[in-house]
Amino acid sequence: MTASSNGKPKFAMYWAASCGGCDIAVLNIHEKILDVDANFEVVFWPVAMDAKYKDVEAMPDESILLTLFNGAIRNDENAHIAQLLRRKSKILVAFGSCANEGCMPALANLSSVQEIIDTAYETISTDNPQGLRPVANYTVPEGNLHIPSLYPVVRTLDQVVKVDYYMPGCPPESHQIAAVIDLVIKVLHGEAQLPPAGSVIGAGDSTVCDECARKRDVKTIKEFKRIQHVMLDPEICILEQGVLCSGPATRSGCKALCPAAGSPCIGCYGPAEGVIDFGARLMSAVASVIDSNDANEIDRILDGIPDPVGMFYRFNLAGSVLRASKPAWLSKQA
Amino acid sequence: MERITIDPITRLEGHGKIEIFLDDQGNVANTYFQIPELRGFERFCVGRQVEEVPILTNRICGVCPEAHHMAGAKAVDAVYHVDPPRTAKMLRELLYSAFYVTDHTTHFYALAGPDFVMGPDAPVAERNILGVIHKVGLEIGGQVIQARKYGHTVVEMIGGRKVHPCTSIPGGLTKGITEEQRQEIEKMGRWAIEFAQFSLKLFNDIVLGNKAYVDLILGDIYTHRTHYIGMVDENNKSNFYDGKISVVDPEGVRLGKYGPSDYTEWIAEHVEPWTYLKFPYLKKVGWKGFVDGKDSGVYCATPLSRVNASDGMATPLAQEEYEKFFSTLGGKPVHQRLATHWARLIELLYAAERWVELVTDPEITSDNFRTLPTEKPTEGVGIVEAPRGTLTHHYWTDERGITTRVNLIVGTTNNYAPISMSIKKAAQSLIKEGTVVTEGLLNMVEMAFRAYDPCFGCATHSLPGQMPLQVTIHDAQGNPVKVLKQAC
Repeated sequence: MTASSNGKPKFAMYWAASCGGCDIAVLNIHEKILDVDANFEVVFWPVAMDAKYKDVEAMPDESILLTLFNGAIRNDENAHIAQLLRRKSKILVAFGSCANEGCMPALANLSSVQEIIDTAYETISTDNPQGLRPVANYTVPEGNLHIPSLYPVVRTLDQVVKVDYYMPGCPPESHQIAAVIDLVIKVLHGEAQLPPAGSVIGAGDSTVCDECARKRDVKTIKEFKRIQHVMLDPEICILEQGVLCSGPATRSGCKALCPAAGSPCIGCYGPAEGVIDFGARLMSAVASVIDSNDANEIDRILDGIPDPVGMFYRFNLAGSVLRASKPAWLSKQA
Repeated sequence: MERITIDPITRLEGHGKIEIFLDDQGNVANTYFQIPELRGFERFCVGRQVEEVPILTNRICGVCPEAHHMAGAKAVDAVYHVDPPRTAKMLRELLYSAFYVTDHTTHFYALAGPDFVMGPDAPVAERNILGVIHKVGLEIGGQVIQARKYGHTVVEMIGGRKVHPCTSIPGGLTKGITEEQRQEIEKMGRWAIEFAQFSLKLFNDIVLGNKAYVDLILGDIYTHRTHYIGMVDENNKSNFYDGKISVVDPEGVRLGKYGPSDYTEWIAEHVEPWTYLKFPYLKKVGWKGFVDGKDSGVYCATPLSRVNASDGMATPLAQEEYEKFFSTLGGKPVHQRLATHWARLIELLYAAERWVELVTDPEITSDNFRTLPTEKPTEGVGIVEAPRGTLTHHYWTDERGITTRVNLIVGTTNNYAPISMSIKKAAQSLIKEGTVVTEGLLNMVEMAFRAYDPCFGCATHSLPGQMPLQVTIHDAQGNPVKVLKQAC
């Protein structure tokens, strides 16, 4: 039972720990949003309408056909809504980088919650002689006040609930969102079939390099340079010019927007098809262009990438196989 | 007071919370506005290659990533002691002006407009953008979509992407624009000026032409006498991308102007243990608590603040509106918070005029959009005027250009104390002994903070003005007697 009283299937969109860019990307499909309205009953979408948690709770299980969930899981409220929407939705889509792989805020997994808090309340402009920190429960003269505590690490959506489809991007590009909406509408009219459960949707199945118009020459490099120190040739592969580019490890789907704008791919579409660990794949791609067999020289070349974790796991730390994310959280909870 | 819960407590922890405490007589004793989340950018931006930080900090807010990208770009310029070529600065400001048009348009039509166009006590179902379109005509709805589309088109042309631009690097930009793009951007900019003028006319007709609204704007409920800050150019005219921050007191006297590197002499942040967000205040005046007046360091950084803190607008049409604004409202400074909506439209017009000014400059299509840094990176501050307040990024690096410290004072954060005060005042004015508290209260309280266009995406994850909100009213014993919620 996924049809509402007016016969239209139900649609929901939710943001957990996120920046709002995914919702902006959905609004950027412009007139296509009318197709959503014509084919779905939007039952829950905080950015566009009153969000009625109570109404969602009252819905029968699996009564929402499609839920696009963006944002990572940073605290118990995020986890609670993820579980609620999982229960109520037939199809739950991890929408955007945060829900898929943690995105940049998952770099916080390199620090403890205490370090994060200490940093924020001891900055140069903070006047805090008593060393105050926000606390979960605090008594003011008038009564008690409560704020939620942070989880030890940022988690991806599928580390909390089962996910049916993965739609990558930071944010997903609007043309991809429009294509997915078209597909779902066709499925509703019996004109198409859904892809197999667990698939990545709204993206390609090759790499950003395959979409990139820059020329590659299978050249090797002797030095990594930072973008501020080099005038990039607009026609030639950025990696071959010695500037780290995430294209080789990153799933296609964005039309290589950043390299087209003279800027390296940052990897926001996540690991390419078949890649288990984004950083490991990118490192192996980088290794393959380094022109040296001398250990000291290789060290010197790699000195050109002084922050490997930030450059190789910019979007993917929560979703990676590194200990600093999922296994760490599991061990802390066990 | 009878214990009534309109909506049982739902899981709203990740969103804004307002706690209202009543005294024995049933009057408001105090209110607390809590921000319940922290993502820790100041921590995880440390250890990064500094050129990454303008891209990382985009993810603070997907609504205003352009502001973070620009403040970050200026900070990394400063870190490398490099002055970008004129064309690079103009391109950045052009992107930023187009973004302002989009952002201010969204706020006025979709978020704040409904209160005025439909009326603050109109049924909830009509008090939204669709209600506005119904009342003023479908054609206007189309124009609002057009303004958003044009703004994002310019952002993508210069910034590489519609959301989270990526082209600003230390010393300039990774790309310029072609003559063909220039012509297209100019055409869109000229349209934007007409759209901004039309929006001001609409405001004039619907709001200023209605005595009830004028009384509401001028009334005491929404008035606070605070300090104001805003960025100005060398002629003390408003600027969003570059200049010094002008600080004026509640009487309109300019206390001084500070450049990026002096911000810590002027601004400090107060900590309260019941919320994750800090309360910035004027250091030279001092933190005296949540109070108005000349002796309280509480300041405001909004469109209203910017017109109060500047001597005028740098473009002719916006300057005319600026003069009309102050002559209509009785001179500077204007303290009535609801007048912020009008000031925002004057800024919309300025941004559109500035857009055209920049795109018609002969050097805008120059390919001199980069300066290669030659000095060792150290430390730098970048400040821009974000739509929701002065935005400060401060980065320190080691000699390899790896960040060792990061400090961010984000747009909306500036206004945390005044927003809290506005909420308290609205609650105190509306909830009295024996008053029946209704959802109407919620919208009147919301109007108090909607004027600030709060974007707690920067602190939590909500869109401007649409902050999911829970209001809990406690009796004198601290027990909750009523819970009201508005999740949108």
